[in-house]
Amino acid sequence: MPLNDPSLKLTASRRTLLKIAFGLTVLLADAASHLAPAAAADGGTLVMATSQVPRHFNGAVQSGLATAMPSTQIFASPLRYDENWNPKPYLAESWEVAPDGMSVTLKLVKNAVFHDGKPVTSEDVAFSIMTIKANHPFQTMLAAVDKVETPDPFTAIIKLLHPHPALLLAMSPAPMPILPKHIYGDGQEIKAHPANLKPVGSGPYRLTDYKQGEYYTLEKFDKFFIPGRPKLDKIVVKIVSDSNAAMVSIERGDVNALPFVVGVRDIERLEKMPGVTITNKGFTGVGPINWLAFNTKKKPLDDVRVRQAIAFAANRDFITSKLMAGKAAAATGPIAPGSPLDEPNVEKYKLDLAKSGELLDAAGYPKKPDGSRMSLTIDYIPGADEQQRNVAEYLRSQLKRAGINLEVRAAPDFPTWAQRISSFDFDLTMDTVFNWGDPVIGVDRTYLTSNIRKGIIWSNTQQYSNPKVDELLVAAARETSPDKRKAMYSEFQKIVVSDAPIYFVNAVPYYNAFSKGLSNLPTTIWGMMSPLDEISWDTLPKN
Amino acid sequence: MNLLIHMTRQLANAVGLLLAVLVLNFCLIHLAPGDPALVIAGEMGGASADVIAALRVKYGLDQSLFHQLWTYLAKVVTGDFGYSYYFNEPVVNLIAHRIPATLYLVISALLLSVVVGTLLGVISARRPNGWFSQSVTVISLTGYAAPVFWTGLLLLLLFGSVWPILPVTGMSDVARPKAGFAHLLDVGQHLILPSITLALVFIAQYSRLARVNMIDALTADYVRTARAKGLPEYVVIGKHALRNTLIPIVTVAGLQFGHLFAGAVLVETVFSWPGMGRLVFESILRRDYPTLLAVLFFSAVLVMAANIITDLVYRLVDPRIRSGAR
Repeated sequence: MPLNDPSLKLTASRRTLLKIAFGLTVLLADAASHLAPAAAADGGTLVMATSQVPRHFNGAVQSGLATAMPSTQIFASPLRYDENWNPKPYLAESWEVAPDGMSVTLKLVKNAVFHDGKPVTSEDVAFSIMTIKANHPFQTMLAAVDKVETPDPFTAIIKLLHPHPALLLAMSPAPMPILPKHIYGDGQEIKAHPANLKPVGSGPYRLTDYKQGEYYTLEKFDKFFIPGRPKLDKIVVKIVSDSNAAMVSIERGDVNALPFVVGVRDIERLEKMPGVTITNKGFTGVGPINWLAFNTKKKPLDDVRVRQAIAFAANRDFITSKLMAGKAAAATGPIAPGSPLDEPNVEKYKLDLAKSGELLDAAGYPKKPDGSRMSLTIDYIPGADEQQRNVAEYLRSQLKRAGINLEVRAAPDFPTWAQRISSFDFDLTMDTVFNWGDPVIGVDRTYLTSNIRKGIIWSNTQQYSNPKVDELLVAAARETSPDKRKAMYSEFQKIVVSDAPIYFVNAVPYYNAFSKGLSNLPTTIWGMMSPLDEISWDTLPKN
Repeated sequence: MNLLIHMTRQLANAVGLLLAVLVLNFCLIHLAPGDPALVIAGEMGGASADVIAALRVKYGLDQSLFHQLWTYLAKVVTGDFGYSYYFNEPVVNLIAHRIPATLYLVISALLLSVVVGTLLGVISARRPNGWFSQSVTVISLTGYAAPVFWTGLLLLLLFGSVWPILPVTGMSDVARPKAGFAHLLDVGQHLILPSITLALVFIAQYSRLARVNMIDALTADYVRTARAKGLPEYVVIGKHALRNTLIPIVTVAGLQFGHLFAGAVLVETVFSWPGMGRLVFESILRRDYPTLLAVLFFSAVLVMAANIITDLVYRLVDPRIRSGAR
């Protein structure tokens, strides 16, 4: 107390202060949970933290990670996938593609029920497929579907307009949740249906509590059709808006899972935490690629030699090994590394400043007395600094060595950037685009001439147009022979890489972090965007 | 009677001001590049042209700006604030869910900063050039000058990681929900760090204000009289001098409400506090026009209510204003 005046008698307030101090001590009582060994391995709660705020929980009319994670817990799908891209039975105990590729027959399990107790039948499957075809943002995914026939309650025959091999991946948990027809088929507009916020599915967990912007709770569904699953009693997903807070939370054990960690520094911090396991498995299906895109209709970038010159000067190795500390795999083409269709034999554009200079000379951009050849702008998606801004800043200094002056144009927020890029108001931009499994779903959109559409973000904003590529993509989409299909996609990748509408940089280093003591982590190609019915605690944490 | 006329005038002003808030914010947010359809497409990881075009028609974004504003105002007058583009929920529901969280945060930060600031200022005033007074000045000005999110992060790392004794995210322990008194205690715990972070910004102002006014009061005749009567020091300060010191503090506190809301945006983001501040911030990023406009509208209502109440209290406390003798 700085009050050293003896005339000051603060006895009354001292007592009050003591009371306040005592009250604070009670408040400060440590609320962290302590682990205590228990015999059972079933049960327990998993607390997850994410910054991804879902618009709602219905993946049939909404794609993206934020909705996919809860949607795949609440709704089951015809198929699910393992770590090696093999389809596995889920609601469909078996499936058969007709020899001509014009239909796919699903035999459904007979014991699946929705959370309200009503059985899952072929009617629900037919209704869901047609609903997704009409409403899902990825229209190429089911555009080939003509109708779904239901000869009996447990058989659904998907009739196609033309062969559509991508259908098998489209039947994954995230893009094909099976909705209850008796709830969603009431004539209300599906995108604004009240059930999107109070969903009823047949998946391993029921949504029991939702506080918008705060958290949602998923509880074990006792009548889930796979015996003995799910293992957990409850999954609580907290919306945590700040990554530092999320880091501190998993370090303390307040949180047991951190999905979609993308920052290299965050990944390194998590690797050092003794109570945490971290894995980059679980994103091969998503296939997120970070790349540098060119506006191929704008001078001087309409000249393929200029684009190649930039590629030869950019130095992908430095970006992946130094900027991303070796956490990100190199991406060399339009199909993400880890996909069975990825073609590794393409031009790698290894750093070659001499070659870059020759190409620019040939294109008619000689060195000026000050050493420069041209000036361009580069944009990036705001918010994802390590993947976007840092790479753009690095390219500014790196391309200077090739005589290319880049001016970095910062956008204040995502819509501003999206507006610029989708209205073709840019020279170069960093960008991140997802493959979403089959090329027909997530790759074609970037290269098809027919998808050059002003005002649409993540369409063909490079305005790249090559008739040969269009032809290959359309043919490969319908090719029933897997070998022939792979060969077509290989050729497509080689052409795109040498035309260089895009300089491919890296696979986005998405990681999932978990508390130690959890087993059967979701490491399949869809990772956290598939049912978490196997993950379990080795010993139950005391709640 | 005089008071009634005054209040009527105040209310009329408030209504005009709220209309201005709506129109101005509407124009501002529409000046920002991009639109909600782009954002929703972005959040989906891309969408086809038809989907985006349909969204734009659905939200009336294909109409002229003036037409959009007119439609919006016509609805608001009937009390219909529309649906959030992003969440497809009535905006009023979203806000109703968020208002309590923000009020807990803002009011506890306000009380904390007024009480602590006044206390520090009063103690400083006794020896204006002493070491205590000097260090209060330095520390409180540091708190005032440091960016709020930085202070927040520092506290978060300190009490979340170095001494993990306080919760650092959200408003309650969502993994182990509690009820009744335990729940209140839980919320109280979660409130400690965010409210301290927000209060630190304002403590400086109140301690300066209290110090200056206290120094004035201590040299006033009535204090000298009180001392001459042999009253104990804490009565002199607490009863006589403090009253006149509190009047300007109450005024400033009422006017600070708007600033507190602004500070809350950052504090809520750092501590994942589910309040309106974060909703404002996220609505801007999402170009969720109806949500943003409604949140700003209701924030303005709260700020104005605070100002009107301050004004009233002030008139009741200070007889000079009541009689209109200025």
